[in-house]
Amino acid sequence: MSSTVIEQAVEREEPAAPQKNYLNADHTIKSWLLTGDHKRIAVLYLISVTFFFFLGGIAAAFIRAELTSPMGTLLNSETYNKMFSAHGIIMIFFFLIAAIPAVLGNFLIPLMIGARDLAFPRLNLASWYVFMLGGLLFIIALILGGVDAGWTFYTPLSSLYSQTQITLALVGLFLAGFSSIMTGVNFIATIHKMRAPGMTWFRMPLYVWSHYATSIIAILGTPVVAITLLLVALERGLRIGIFSPELGGDPVLFQHMFWFYSHPAVYIMLLPGMGVISEIMSCFSRRPVFGYKFVAFSSMAIAGLGFLVWGHHMYVSSQSVFQGIIFSLISFLVAVPSAIKVFNWSLTMWKGSVVFSTPMIYALGFLGLFTIGGLTGLYLSAIGTDIHLTGTYFIVAHFHYVMVGGTVMAFLGGLHFWWPKMFGRMYSEFWGRISAIVVFVGFNFTFFPQFILGYLGMPRRYHYYYIAPEWQVYNVLSTAGSTVLGIGFLMPVFYLLKSLKSGPIAGPNPWGATGLEWEAAASPPVTLNFDGIPKVVGPVYNYDAIEDSESFRREQMEKVTK
Amino acid sequence: MNFPIMPPQASEFAPKYDAIFWATSGLTVIFTAMVAILIVILAGKYKRGSKADRSNPSSHNTTLEMLLMGVPTVLGMIIFVWSAVLFIEARTMPKNAQEIFVIGKRWMWHAQHMNGVRENNEITVPLGKPVKLTMISQDVVHAMYLPDFRAQYHVVPGRYTQLHFTATKPGTYKMFCNIHCGTQHSEMVGYVHVLPQAEFDAWMANGGNRYLKTNLTMAEAGKQIWDDKGCGNCHQTLDNERAPSVVGIYGSTRKLTDGTTVEANEDYLRESILRPWNKLTTGYERTMQAYEGVLSEEQVLNLIAYMKSLGQGGTSPDKGIYQQPVKTGRDFPVGRKDPVDIANERASGGASQAHDLRNNP
Repeated sequence: MSSTVIEQAVEREEPAAPQKNYLNADHTIKSWLLTGDHKRIAVLYLISVTFFFFLGGIAAAFIRAELTSPMGTLLNSETYNKMFSAHGIIMIFFFLIAAIPAVLGNFLIPLMIGARDLAFPRLNLASWYVFMLGGLLFIIALILGGVDAGWTFYTPLSSLYSQTQITLALVGLFLAGFSSIMTGVNFIATIHKMRAPGMTWFRMPLYVWSHYATSIIAILGTPVVAITLLLVALERGLRIGIFSPELGGDPVLFQHMFWFYSHPAVYIMLLPGMGVISEIMSCFSRRPVFGYKFVAFSSMAIAGLGFLVWGHHMYVSSQSVFQGIIFSLISFLVAVPSAIKVFNWSLTMWKGSVVFSTPMIYALGFLGLFTIGGLTGLYLSAIGTDIHLTGTYFIVAHFHYVMVGGTVMAFLGGLHFWWPKMFGRMYSEFWGRISAIVVFVGFNFTFFPQFILGYLGMPRRYHYYYIAPEWQVYNVLSTAGSTVLGIGFLMPVFYLLKSLKSGPIAGPNPWGATGLEWEAAASPPVTLNFDGIPKVVGPVYNYDAIEDSESFRREQMEKVTK
Repeated sequence: MNFPIMPPQASEFAPKYDAIFWATSGLTVIFTAMVAILIVILAGKYKRGSKADRSNPSSHNTTLEMLLMGVPTVLGMIIFVWSAVLFIEARTMPKNAQEIFVIGKRWMWHAQHMNGVRENNEITVPLGKPVKLTMISQDVVHAMYLPDFRAQYHVVPGRYTQLHFTATKPGTYKMFCNIHCGTQHSEMVGYVHVLPQAEFDAWMANGGNRYLKTNLTMAEAGKQIWDDKGCGNCHQTLDNERAPSVVGIYGSTRKLTDGTTVEANEDYLRESILRPWNKLTTGYERTMQAYEGVLSEEQVLNLIAYMKSLGQGGTSPDKGIYQQPVKTGRDFPVGRKDPVDIANERASGGASQAHDLRNNP
């Protein structure tokens, strides 16, 4: 495969005895907890975010179970409110924001640009500790009774009225935010200063571009939410009037400050997923990503424009009409770079040699779900149509299409794509494909009915809906779908863990992919990633679809003739 | 089984809204189908090993990219302008509107008409006439959401916000709080009643069918305050997760959160109205508003008289006019049904088994 790209690539024999790699270099617990190796830190993050994903998933299961009946079944309203708050907070702050950057990004960025590690290995480890401390504080807040103000923490409910563990939770989120800033600083420094010889900006995989854009958002946006959360804690603890009119503050100010971060945060969650899709589409189409520069610059455009659209969360919040219309206009503009990406990923298959492996099925699922998620965003960025839909289940469905249909699908696709690189072994391709299809089907059954519920007027965060029992049918459908979705999410846990023990040895490049992480590093990579720093002499995504398809056909013919 | 796909269109704004909603839906379906077809065709045609022509591939085409950016931009701008015009219409308050004032508080809605008629969790409006709601919150941020009118706006503490609509169909429509406001957020719901003008005028003229009697006894005056303030919204016939019942409360022994007990005499009841957080009944949170400075001493006396009339020492009188009215004063004109009962009937599948859902959450 494309040997022109790397001069010093070392082909490896299948080892008789396990060779030294980053996993077996040292076995002590201390060597894991004090590691500076970006790959080990990625594995630590993988364990952490998987834990948080299933914790948030349990909360989601309670919500869906509760909504099968207009009068609820298991919980009282207080507990229900704590459930959806826990679900939102855990999934957003402790899974989505960290999942792709801190796991796959940490593991892959140095490998992809030909560096031995990230620029600041100890900062990288510190980011994991800060993340875990934040997570621990939030879990303590849950054990002490949880929080009931939703993940948006609207004031003055969160600052003066809620009787729950808001302060502790805010401190936890504050810390998680700093973890994200540390990771962002590390990525930017690494991408700027540590690219291998010949790795020019436009030879970087699009995955690296998307992380570059993400990191810029993270370091510019996260401090704002950190300050905002701190101000809520101050108002709560010391009754300093900032957001509460009773103390002389302004509740809408909170919404501006919160969404100034939390809208760009959507792109922190989404852009890395888009990077994953670029890599997968290219590898399994055996073609370069169509319109490389358009895809690269669209990430940067999203990062820039993403900071100018926060007001579209506040069309009916008492901001001025003129302000709302300007935010609406910019929100339409930010849709364009997303649209261009979808078209370019699809066109990547043009004249390619398409292989339907597990990561590819996840990526194709992403394209479908993200398209629906993106287009339903039009209803909400259009200031007129937003009036009736904001705050309803339409919003819930929309952002789950983007966040689960987009980010989680991409995370799972990426995890399946780079799993053999991370752990050196292949998982069951059969079960992989089944899980991708189950997730796709279960997802649509869960969230499509919620679009209809939202248009019918069902407000989000409602525990009881006895006032409108006609909504029950869609809620039951959604809960049934979520059961399928849950099974889909559980399946990879089993076959991926099994692959660690008994999966076939993957070899350095099981997919025949291009890129330094495949062509110049072993699977799993050694602690210092490469034997010598690779030198890049050719373009990125140097695939040959014609050769791939022809050789595949020859193999098939040989099988038949035998 | 019934699969509704559209909420009723009950305002002048609703059909205009639905036009753009379904136009956007059309675009969504077309574009989703385009992407899906593109993916299926490309993935199918260029499946590994297929005999498709793969010669002279290209991985960029600036003209195509411009086209792929241009077409969505133009379509997007059409939707943007259309929706902005609609929004301006929704946010421009008509000059000749009937004014109604709404206060949102956890977890109920107070409405007041210009002539002083008050309603709780209900707003009665005339048919075919523009109505303007001027709203403020007494505590946290709420949102007034009327899906059947396609109308929504936040109700914010510390500032007035406004909302207008013109109802086009007589009937009863749902009203929601649509910003999470705490424990009973999902029960901060109510109804908008649309009456033909003549019926509405009659309803207004007799004070919302409420204050028909003069020379009230103390207990009756207390019941009026009870209804005006919406006390029955939380304090219902039975104890519930919102608040304890006041039926038979006078003279009973109350267990407090700090473990002590106290007899519910006049002093206790007065303190619990004016400063409810001082002596909380066990099992309840500090959710009730303090009425100190809100109610006069005379009003408090009347309220206590009303509570006494509901029974004493833990028992309720077995007969008399006060057996039912502990819930909010839902006094409906003849021929209109209590919407809670309508919801109950729908939920239980028939009037025969109807029971009060609100009291048994």
